[in-house]
Amino acid sequence: MPAMLTMQGVSKSFLGVRVLHGVDLDLEAGEVHALVGENGAGKSTLMKVLAGEHVPDEGTVRLDGTAHRFGHPAQAQAAGIGIIHQEFALLPHRTVAENVFLGREPTRRGLVDRRAMREQTARLLTELGIGAAEGLTPDTYVRDLSVARQQTVEIVKSLGGASDVRVLVMDEPTAPLADHEAGLLHDLVRRLAARGLGVLYISHRLREVFELADRVTVLKDGRRVTTTRTADTDTDRVVRAMVGRELSAYYPPRARPEELGALRLTVTGAGNDRLHAIDLRLRAGEITGVAGLQGSGRTSLARALFGAAPFTHGRMTVGDRELRPGSPRQAIRAGLALVTEDRKTEGLALRQSVRDNALLVTRAVPARGRPPAGRSLAGLLDRVRLQARGEDQQTQYLSGGNQQKVVIAKWLAAHPQVLIVDEPTRGVDVGAKAAIHTLIRELARDGLAVLLITSELPELIGMSDRVLVMAEGRIAGELPAGASEEDIMRLATSAAERPAPSAAEGAA
Amino acid sequence: MTGTALAPAPVKSPPRKASRLTDPVVGVWLAALAVTLLGWLVVTLDGGTFLTQANITGILQNSVALGLVAVGQSAVILTGSLDLSVAYLIGLGTLVAAETMQSGSVVTAVLAVLALSAAVGLANGLVVTGLKVNAFIATLGTAFILRGWIEHHYTGPAGKVPASFQRLGYDRIGPLPVSLFLLAAVALALWLITRRTRLGHHMYATGGDEHAARLSGVRTRRTVIAAHVLCSLCVGAAALFLAARLGAGAPWAGTEARYDLESIAAVVLGGTVLAGGRGGVAGTLGGVLVLAVLDSVFNQLSVDPFFKNVVRGVVIIAAVALYARRGARRSA
Repeated sequence: MPAMLTMQGVSKSFLGVRVLHGVDLDLEAGEVHALVGENGAGKSTLMKVLAGEHVPDEGTVRLDGTAHRFGHPAQAQAAGIGIIHQEFALLPHRTVAENVFLGREPTRRGLVDRRAMREQTARLLTELGIGAAEGLTPDTYVRDLSVARQQTVEIVKSLGGASDVRVLVMDEPTAPLADHEAGLLHDLVRRLAARGLGVLYISHRLREVFELADRVTVLKDGRRVTTTRTADTDTDRVVRAMVGRELSAYYPPRARPEELGALRLTVTGAGNDRLHAIDLRLRAGEITGVAGLQGSGRTSLARALFGAAPFTHGRMTVGDRELRPGSPRQAIRAGLALVTEDRKTEGLALRQSVRDNALLVTRAVPARGRPPAGRSLAGLLDRVRLQARGEDQQTQYLSGGNQQKVVIAKWLAAHPQVLIVDEPTRGVDVGAKAAIHTLIRELARDGLAVLLITSELPELIGMSDRVLVMAEGRIAGELPAGASEEDIMRLATSAAERPAPSAAEGAA
Repeated sequence: MTGTALAPAPVKSPPRKASRLTDPVVGVWLAALAVTLLGWLVVTLDGGTFLTQANITGILQNSVALGLVAVGQSAVILTGSLDLSVAYLIGLGTLVAAETMQSGSVVTAVLAVLALSAAVGLANGLVVTGLKVNAFIATLGTAFILRGWIEHHYTGPAGKVPASFQRLGYDRIGPLPVSLFLLAAVALALWLITRRTRLGHHMYATGGDEHAARLSGVRTRRTVIAAHVLCSLCVGAAALFLAARLGAGAPWAGTEARYDLESIAAVVLGGTVLAGGRGGVAGTLGGVLVLAVLDSVFNQLSVDPFFKNVVRGVVIIAAVALYARRGARRSA
């Protein structure tokens, strides 16, 4: 019998860059099929093709033998494909039933049949084994639910329509969840599969993949590497399939021992509600990499150091001054700089010019030196090798790489001692990536202490002079330069091996 | 919300009682009651009588025009939009009503005013959704256009409303003005639409999160346009009432009482969030009542207009600050 869903030879390019190369995938009814791979391996693109958000350049999608070509998400939904995105499309101030039936409210005599909405929602909830005891009823307001429960509402919403859902795609559903919540979700996924749904499950957490999935498909660089039954393979083999690659990217040489300078930042026994017992020493001239799974506390660490979500206890010294910054302003005055994960919302004023953005910090916090003007601004933009039409160009029109360079320039204008960079090359093309890597290394060589947070393991390994691995809000361990991806992943999941499932986010 | 018990076994009423008292709708009606009691106390201490039949009738009558506009304004604000053109639409509406009644029948006049209103609402909606002009600017532009038209064609009151239609403005049944039934009917219709129809559900959804609504298959543009048409129809009803009250069309009928900003004040006082998605008609009516009672108390005490406006300003700011605090606590 042919599989319920088959995707054959699916290819997709964006702006001439091929992200999917003839990928095949099939899914049986009642099966949980996991999809794993590193960042940029093409998992999300493949799922978006299935969900009708991207139209494939080549290849076919067949559901129950019928070929489909989805041009719009609504068509995929009508054909029976439900998708749970990482971001929820829920209205917090409406009830569960109102959310589940949003856009397809049943009516009776022209008015919305709220009783039917409630009853059907209640039936779906009971069928999925969710009782009122768990605080989730059709009348509960979504705002009163935990993230995990909101996700349940999303799942019910995707099943709730009149259309017969055959395939449910879940994109990293456990990423925002605490461990016991992830367990509840796993139970739910099993029940869905038992109802005859096919579940395509994208995850970074190999442990849950092996617990949950019948088969696992590994994608790498837009190609399918292998599809195997989980019973016939093991974590090590899957990890090797995911990362086994030639190191094509070039990274600038690491710091020589004599290039390491004075201690620029020390943290002792610090923590807050997300971080515990953080000890950290950053030296001038050194790039310290930070690895960890999603939710392991990497970004929390950056935000704590920078005073955005401050440490509540512990000691911290910047330069030779004892200081635990309580606000970004204090941190900037002390000589810290943070290149945030999301440059578009937190890094740049997109509608302002290159010049205004580059001067943002020095204008706001005059204590960190006079705003550079004229030649020195030009010199600064030169130093980051910005390619723009001019200082007047609005930053929204720059490429991702050049935007990132403006963010870095903004901080360099303030002469920082410690530079924290969170995912510096996310959404940046390959050429610009190398330029940013070179720039970061140059800055370290000029005497900055750099803390590099990244979920791309090759970048982490290529750039770092040593690697800190975080897990569950703690620093789980330190590895020397040149540690292997397997070493890092083992450490990142080590804490999780005690009570909870998790796997390498770095290997996503 | 009724009928909770009708759902199958596991569905029990959620722990909603606790949130009942903090519900803005309950809050604003309690506030209206408190303001009435306080007004009664102050006026009595001042040596007057507050709760006379004439006074109650007066308060209710004064609530009608603002109530009609504010109920319509609730619809657009819920949907995440706004209408600043209501005051001039009222002026033009009274003129069209009175002139048509002078030359033709009452029925054609009513239809003409409603058609004009619907057309203005449609135009507002199309500019906001089609040209993607921010509602504030779009409806301000409409207001200027209407104002230009009015000022070019009219210098003062025009037309005449027959005595039969003026009864809408002046008759009462017991202490209740008949116009109150007009407001009640319009408010009930809007309440039904917002709470019980798909359009209403989509209005809440569009105002709450337009992106999420669209992803869920809601046709958000249509919803916004419908909300604007509904709002303008309510404004048309207010214009008809004011024409009956004034006996003629008056260019300043809407602007003198500042129905544009007053209606927005009543809506937010009633707990509807200016960004949309939360609130409703019931709260707005409470807000209108609070403002009307305050007015009446100040008139009875013949308070200096400056002080009167200061108090109104403080009340509105305090109410919204209170809602904001509550919202913050909930999301914390």
